[in-house]
Amino acid sequence: MEITLSHYLLLAGAVFTTGMVGFVIRRNAIVMLMCVELMLSSTNIVFAAFSRFHGNADGHVFVLMNFAVAAAEAAIGLAILVEIFRRRRTVNVDDFKTLME
Amino acid sequence: MESHSTEILLRWIVLIPLLGAAVNGLLNRKLPRQVAGLLACTTVGISFALSIVVFLRLLGMEAEHRFLTDTVATWIGYGNLSVDLGFAIDPLNAVMALVVTGIGFLIHVYSLGYMAHDQGFQRFFAYLNLFIFSMMTLVLGENLLMLFVGWEGVGLCSYLLISFWFNDEANAAAGKKAFIVNRIGDFGFLIGMFLIGATLLPHLQGGEGLFSFQTLQHHTDLLAPVATVICLLLFVGATGKSAQIPLYIWLPDAMAGPTPVSALIHAATMVTAGVYMIARMNFLFVMSDTAMLVVAIVGAATAIFASSIALVQNDIKKVLAYSTVSQLGYMMLACGVGAFGVGIFHVMTHAFFKALLFLGSGSVIHAMSDEQDMRVMGGLKNKLPITYWTFLIGTLAIAGVFPAAGFFSKDEILWKAWSSGHHILWGVGFLAAGMTAFYMMRLVAMTFYGQNRASAEVKSHIHESPATMTIPLIVLAGLALVGGWIGWPHFLGGGAWFEAWLEPVFSGGHAAHGAVVHSAGEAHVAHDVAMEWTLAGASLAWGILGLGVGWFIYTKKLATADSFKKFAGGFPHRVLLNKYYVDEGYEAAFIRPGFRLSKTVLWKVIDAGVIDGLLVNGAALVVAVVGSVLRIFQNGMVRFYAWSFTIGVTVFILYLSFSG
Amino acid sequence: MSFINDHILTLVTFVPLAGSLALWTVIRRDGLARIFALVVALIDFVLSLHLWFHFDPGRGDDQFVERFAWLLSGEVTYHLGMDGISLVLALLTTFLGPLVILSTWSAITKRVPGFLGFVLFLQTAMLGTFFARDMLLFYVFWEAMLIPMYFIIGIWGGQRRIYASVKFFIFTMVGSVFMLVGILWLFFQAGSMALTDFLNLQIGHEQQLWLFAAFFLAFAIKVPVFPLHTWLPDAHVEAPTAGSVILAGVLLKMGTYGMLRFAMPLFPDGVTFFAPAISILAVIGIIYGALVAMVQPDVKKLVAYSSVSHLGFVVLGLFSLTPMGVAGGIFQMLAHGLSTGALFLLVGVIYDRRHTREISEFGGLAHQMPLYATFFMIATLASVGLPILAGFIGEFMILFGTFHSSTLVHAKLFAILAATGVVLGAIYMFWMYQRVFLGKLSNDKNRNLPDLNLREIVVLVPILVFIFWLGVQPGFILDKIETSVEHVLAPLGVEQHHESQTSESHHARILPAGGTGSPNFVVLEAESH
Repeated sequence: MEITLSHYLLLAGAVFTTGMVGFVIRRNAIVMLMCVELMLSSTNIVFAAFSRFHGNADGHVFVLMNFAVAAAEAAIGLAILVEIFRRRRTVNVDDFKTLME
Repeated sequence: MESHSTEILLRWIVLIPLLGAAVNGLLNRKLPRQVAGLLACTTVGISFALSIVVFLRLLGMEAEHRFLTDTVATWIGYGNLSVDLGFAIDPLNAVMALVVTGIGFLIHVYSLGYMAHDQGFQRFFAYLNLFIFSMMTLVLGENLLMLFVGWEGVGLCSYLLISFWFNDEANAAAGKKAFIVNRIGDFGFLIGMFLIGATLLPHLQGGEGLFSFQTLQHHTDLLAPVATVICLLLFVGATGKSAQIPLYIWLPDAMAGPTPVSALIHAATMVTAGVYMIARMNFLFVMSDTAMLVVAIVGAATAIFASSIALVQNDIKKVLAYSTVSQLGYMMLACGVGAFGVGIFHVMTHAFFKALLFLGSGSVIHAMSDEQDMRVMGGLKNKLPITYWTFLIGTLAIAGVFPAAGFFSKDEILWKAWSSGHHILWGVGFLAAGMTAFYMMRLVAMTFYGQNRASAEVKSHIHESPATMTIPLIVLAGLALVGGWIGWPHFLGGGAWFEAWLEPVFSGGHAAHGAVVHSAGEAHVAHDVAMEWTLAGASLAWGILGLGVGWFIYTKKLATADSFKKFAGGFPHRVLLNKYYVDEGYEAAFIRPGFRLSKTVLWKVIDAGVIDGLLVNGAALVVAVVGSVLRIFQNGMVRFYAWSFTIGVTVFILYLSFSG
Repeated sequence: MSFINDHILTLVTFVPLAGSLALWTVIRRDGLARIFALVVALIDFVLSLHLWFHFDPGRGDDQFVERFAWLLSGEVTYHLGMDGISLVLALLTTFLGPLVILSTWSAITKRVPGFLGFVLFLQTAMLGTFFARDMLLFYVFWEAMLIPMYFIIGIWGGQRRIYASVKFFIFTMVGSVFMLVGILWLFFQAGSMALTDFLNLQIGHEQQLWLFAAFFLAFAIKVPVFPLHTWLPDAHVEAPTAGSVILAGVLLKMGTYGMLRFAMPLFPDGVTFFAPAISILAVIGIIYGALVAMVQPDVKKLVAYSSVSHLGFVVLGLFSLTPMGVAGGIFQMLAHGLSTGALFLLVGVIYDRRHTREISEFGGLAHQMPLYATFFMIATLASVGLPILAGFIGEFMILFGTFHSSTLVHAKLFAILAATGVVLGAIYMFWMYQRVFLGKLSNDKNRNLPDLNLREIVVLVPILVFIFWLGVQPGFILDKIETSVEHVLAPLGVEQHHESQTSESHHARILPAGGTGSPNFVVLEAESH
């Protein structure tokens, strides 16, 4: 079986949906952060796939850029969570309402 | 070479007093009193001496060419607007220059004695010198704008000197009032200048001074269509500076200043600036019969109005102040009937006798330990002999008794009013002349005759003033006595030299109106001499009658004066004593409503209420309301945000896929 | 030497910024910071003198031009230039700079380096605004002025400083946003941000009206023109003395400068259309500002409202559309900068001593502080426009220019109404002076106040000297700006003064299109028939 563009897209869609559903229904902030990473990864797959099938490198550039963004985001996000955990002893997002201020 | 050196003197006449003012002003208390006083007197003395030199130079020139000019620099040069910092002298302002520096010098000397014990001695002389500088700028300025510089400058000095003893809030208020009322007049002056400028500017060649009197005189034909408006506007300025109705109200209050100031600024020199300005602009005024008539009527009205107030005042300086207002009215009347030269003649004689009277009153006040109320004076004749005799000469002069100075000038004014056909104005002036004689004699009687009514404490201090004060009195008395002789009229066998001297200035332009007046005078010369004799005799008799009645009532029959006070329930007396309630009227009509409008309506309602309250805070309120609605969605629940985000994106994608 | 000539504008503009960076980073000690800031400001002043002496007044176009590509592919440039108008205003800025810094010596005691840094930063922004000839660069400098002023009022201000600084910020910001939209629109038309390219655009009548309105709003708020003025009294009252001096001395002139440099030459149709309305607002501002100033209980607020009145004169002069009125307007900007700057400095002196500015707290100060009273008197006289002081020349030229304007309808009426401001000015200033300085020294708290000290004298004397100098020799300024004014007004087709002899008949007032700008410029009087 030849692997076509559609396979990649389907895979990416599946990963994205997993991430999205997880992000919406879970309450643990660390899990939500991981779900965000999943969604980012799914876009990476799409970029890479299109890059391969169109035969130019633009998509790869974006993938690399995405890695950087994801890494930064994860680092900052985790740092914030660690700080919140230190103060609140919880990572349950339903307990955080201070964003309202 | 000779001529050049004379011209350059003009700037020094003006600038040397400024030097004195600067030194006295900057060093102030660091300067010993003697040095400060000497410096101030010397600078004015030099100015006077230089004025004489220039005057003699003019005298040596042909009558038609008596004109010297000294341009220092360009002041404002922009496009074809060009105004010089320059001075010029002709017979008209030569007279003014001599009067200002001459009387100024005498009053400086007098002040040495009068202000000897004052704390602000140096400051006083700095202001006084600054005044001479400003006044000479006004007089010698080569163009209308330079005149305006001096005009505002003397206003400032007047302010500074009226509120000189600023410890008393009333003095400060009087100074401020003088400045502001003068500014109202200046407003008219300024607009008048704009109209002149706007009319001439398109027609000028490059480099021609826009406001130069020479230029104006040269272009009277261009100004003719707007002459009436210009003249009336300039006259508004003159009513402010020369204290005419309706802007005279500042002058009586201005007596709050030291007496030498009242004599110099508020009697002899500054207040005549309006008359000088009108005489200077005579070539414009003669083009407008309307403006001339307005000037004449306002002058006559002011003359009688002010002298009626002077009849009942009890403050010695207030009487003299209203007398000054009234005499300025005479000068205006003269200008208004086309007799500018006579107006200036009266400026000069008035400067002599009114400066004398004020300085005399200052000597009295000095002797009476700063008392100004005549009701507690009396009997000073023997204690202050020099003051008394000089004061009496001044009184005779102002009452128009032959051969004192006032006789010639006042009589000439009334004669010109009559001979130009303004019989009603003559009547008004004639009436006022009698009142003048009466109130002056009342003043003399209350001050110098009878018993002294002061307290024992004050009485023990009464003394004749020092020589620095009496010498100027004597000199001025001499001038008040004989100073009018240079205008000895033809019908009395004189040469009317003064008029002849000014002749070139007032017949130079396109003096249509003036020429008519003049030729009318020539034509009926035979008929007129008889009339002139009659009127002169009448007014002399009338003046003596006024003096006599005043003397009789206030030395023999004081009951008569009291019965007048009670006449008609005391109402006329009260009205006069309160100066017709004009100040109160202005207060109620303009000042209080103005303040109320500004404070309650403009500031509190418009500024704070409408603009800030309604518009600015209103806009802020809208933002706040919108914000509080949107706030409902910002509940801080991360999962709520996640859900709304997801749903939003889904709906958006669905919309895109189905709409395309 | 040629390096200096080529980069003098950059140097003058950015030397203060370098100073402020140093103040914010390395300099910690208050005393050092003060001396350092003063030295920097003095160096900048000396540098700006180079401009003064090497400026060629015969040319109306920009001099000392610096230009190189900045953003995109050269459509946005770093473009500085200077004509006579920019010159005199920049000199005013660099002249006031050291004096302002010297005046803060004892008034500012908290976070001194930070404060002085902001003052110098503001200096750079203001100078840049006067020199910028690229619209984006101009906008950057224009907005950059807001930041330091916001902090100067917000941190070092009085009790309601937050309210005042936010109000100041929002007011100014609102106007600027509209101007930014206008700039962008023009950019897409012209394909470049250069002012010269904007000037060469042919803009439709309708668009000109909208664009003029957008630009004018931004500038009018800054001036401020009635009824957009209410931020000014609050800002002045809350700002520290130095802030007020800069605000009144230079910042307000940004508005009128912007009108003259951008709004008027770019959109002649807008000028023609709006000039009567603007003149009415200017006249209202003159009278209204004076009347409200009259009843203020606070000296500083009184001076602030007097600024509204004085700036009304400037706006009236500009929109008289006569070279004399415009030149008078520029002159009045300088005169007002000096006289009101001096007044604010003087108010600051008494505030330092008594920590109040309520008029009712004073009275009879002239007994206790004669020198102070004298200086205050001179500043007062300059403010009310006494001849031979600077204020008179400006007011005279503005009023005279307006009075004889043939392009503005009812010009004479406007001039007459505006001239009442001269009377009202005397009333509010002299009444205030009387209540503060004359009478008895009644309040015991004022009994031991020291007179001006040497530092305060050093700050004030240069300003007072210039007040006299400009009043006696206005040519000092007028000669520098004359050609530039004509150059700036050329797109408006304004009647140039040496041609004016020809306008004899009434019909001659309909002027031909002048210069490069607008082919469809029609004079108002012709329209009104």
